[in-house]
Amino acid sequence: MPYEVHTAPGDDPQPEGPRATDYGWPLWEVFVRARRGLSHVHAGSLHAADAETALESARDVYTRRSEGVSIWVIPSAQIVASDPDDADILFDSDKPYRHPTFYDIPDEIGHM
Amino acid sequence: MPLFDEIIAADHKVEPRDEMPEAYRQTLIRQIAQHAHSEIIGMQPEGIWITRAPTLKRKAILMAKVQDEAGHGLYLYSAAETLGVSRNELMERLHEGRQKYSSIFNYPTLTWGDIGAIGWLVDGAAITNQLMLARCSYGPYARAMVKICKEESFHQRQGFEIMLTLSKGTPEQRAMAQDSLDRWWWPSLMMFGPHDAESTHSEQSTAWKIKRVSNDRLRQEFIDMTVPQAEFLGLTVPDPELRWNEQTNHYDTGPIDWDEFWAVVKGNGPLNRQRIDHKIAVWEENAWVRKAAEAYAAKHMVPQG
Repeated sequence: MPYEVHTAPGDDPQPEGPRATDYGWPLWEVFVRARRGLSHVHAGSLHAADAETALESARDVYTRRSEGVSIWVIPSAQIVASDPDDADILFDSDKPYRHPTFYDIPDEIGHM
Repeated sequence: MPLFDEIIAADHKVEPRDEMPEAYRQTLIRQIAQHAHSEIIGMQPEGIWITRAPTLKRKAILMAKVQDEAGHGLYLYSAAETLGVSRNELMERLHEGRQKYSSIFNYPTLTWGDIGAIGWLVDGAAITNQLMLARCSYGPYARAMVKICKEESFHQRQGFEIMLTLSKGTPEQRAMAQDSLDRWWWPSLMMFGPHDAESTHSEQSTAWKIKRVSNDRLRQEFIDMTVPQAEFLGLTVPDPELRWNEQTNHYDTGPIDWDEFWAVVKGNGPLNRQRIDHKIAVWEENAWVRKAAEAYAAKHMVPQG
């Protein structure tokens, strides 16, 4: 359902205060395999007290319409991620000769 | 790392770990949280009809729909949390009235026809807005919107089908459908917010590409889409000034009662007090479930890492 909430004049939003991460239940990341032959893909996250309830909640929150045949959950705190500041070093050094289109093959050879 | 302004200018998505202006972060926290609150509070007007649905089929459908609203709330809370705010904090802000939810849910659902009207009109208006938000600049919000829009389509269609069934039924059922349209039409148009000239926060949100279409344009899109549907149902839109304008290729409409709109926003709608009281009561009554789950988890904790 909706959605956009409107602020009355003179009722301007206050700053939201310090960023906090406290919550009784830890955060879990949910991965869903859509069908056999495909990888598990990140679907979203949720809070749950333990792994068992995380799986049960993941089923209810992310696969109400047969979106998957298998679910993984993993504590978000366990995920190790690359630093966005390293993106240039890690991903901007593509070498064109790694790609098949770099090589000119004579037409007579046909498909290769 | 690409600079925030470059990401926005290039029409790329901002992701949680990108640097972003604090005001952008705060605007999104507030908007996404209030969107989530709306989904959660929105379960109330429909939830009370689950036990009174006219058939078992309608009851099963309504349960699925209300469960979807809970799911939508959860996708959105997760999206808000990527901005560095905790779920508990958002819940507290709702309960203390520091954050709001969509005013439309402060109207009562008096008849079964209202369940039809909510799906058709309220969800229809929501889809119009959410299709725009699916293109917004913040990645997690945009992705949540894509999933929500897909599911919302079922909501709108089932609502229209309820209206169709009523409008083909007995004179009493037709009257019920008309009465629901009469009561939900104007509040649905108000969902798009004040006219562009009076919309205070739109300019910055548009510059940040959170908002991509103006309130009035979205509202017009909704009106143009919905009026022919009302005609198909044989129902009368409660606006004596409604006319098709051949020059503009849009419907012209009568004035919206903005006094009513602001009264409901400020807390004086029919059910503002009940909605939030119920939300708090349920949260408190269920505290033992949360505590039990935590105790169970602590007892069965497997060491990690």
